[in-house]
Amino acid sequence: MDTRRESEPTSTQNRTTVERKSDRELVVTRSINGPARIVFEAFAKPELFKRWWVPKSFGPSLLSCELDVRDGGTYRLVFSHDGSEPMAFFGRYLEVTPHSRLVWTNEEGGDGGPITTVTFEERAGKTLLVFSDLYPSKEALDQAIASGSTGGLSETLDQLDELVVTLDGSHL
Amino acid sequence: MVQYMSARLDASFAALSDATRRGVLEQLGSSDASITDLAEKFHMTLTGMKKHVGVLERAGLVTTEKVGRVRTCRLGTRRFEEATAWLERYHQVWDSRFEELDKVVAELKRKESIDGHKKRK
Repeated sequence: MDTRRESEPTSTQNRTTVERKSDRELVVTRSINGPARIVFEAFAKPELFKRWWVPKSFGPSLLSCELDVRDGGTYRLVFSHDGSEPMAFFGRYLEVTPHSRLVWTNEEGGDGGPITTVTFEERAGKTLLVFSDLYPSKEALDQAIASGSTGGLSETLDQLDELVVTLDGSHL
Repeated sequence: MVQYMSARLDASFAALSDATRRGVLEQLGSSDASITDLAEKFHMTLTGMKKHVGVLERAGLVTTEKVGRVRTCRLGTRRFEEATAWLERYHQVWDSRFEELDKVVAELKRKESIDGHKKRK
């Protein structure tokens, strides 16, 4: 049985796919209507990045977002959820190739964090985004999935879960 | 980090990470089968197939019942639904992110074409 899930086709045919590519790797893809340099800009500028990485519907609010998008630069995102203890997500950019490739570490969970690689492939004015989270071991990915922490937004998943249940009680 | 999802999911995902086991689930989705049937279909030894079925059983994805000398396997749905529900939610998180990214990119494109227009003037 395939673990891939695809959303309903939208008018623009830009579908999000989520797939466990291997024991250690989780891959998300989506095509964006725009050239790679513009999509890349939305990753590189904190004021743009925070608008889409943390959509309003998520629930947890973003207290701060610092991105130093260059080789060896660091990033730090701090979330708060209903006045709970703020939670920080942080790491380092291992590779920054403008308009084509970003690689960063996820260090909030200690050594077991994944390495995230994002590639931007431009075709006919559209950009195919490929997000790959590569974990150090199969166990690390299994654990991340089991705890709902993949993507660094466990609170988000929790919040979204509540939202989905509210919107559609029959869905889950 | 606070764990929001049941740790039981762990076993489901470990079970689903193997191609043979996914094949077995697919097979059982169309009809119940004995371990012997499954071993033949997947060109494996009985011992090998017993191990795979054991993993699926512990994950709650498959139930088995022994009648006489034959152990019949059938799909157990609960855990699989939990696992797919998680993927579904994960998918939704990314979907809403990308929808917002579409807006940001559209805005930047508009801005760029307006700026380009100004420069040409």
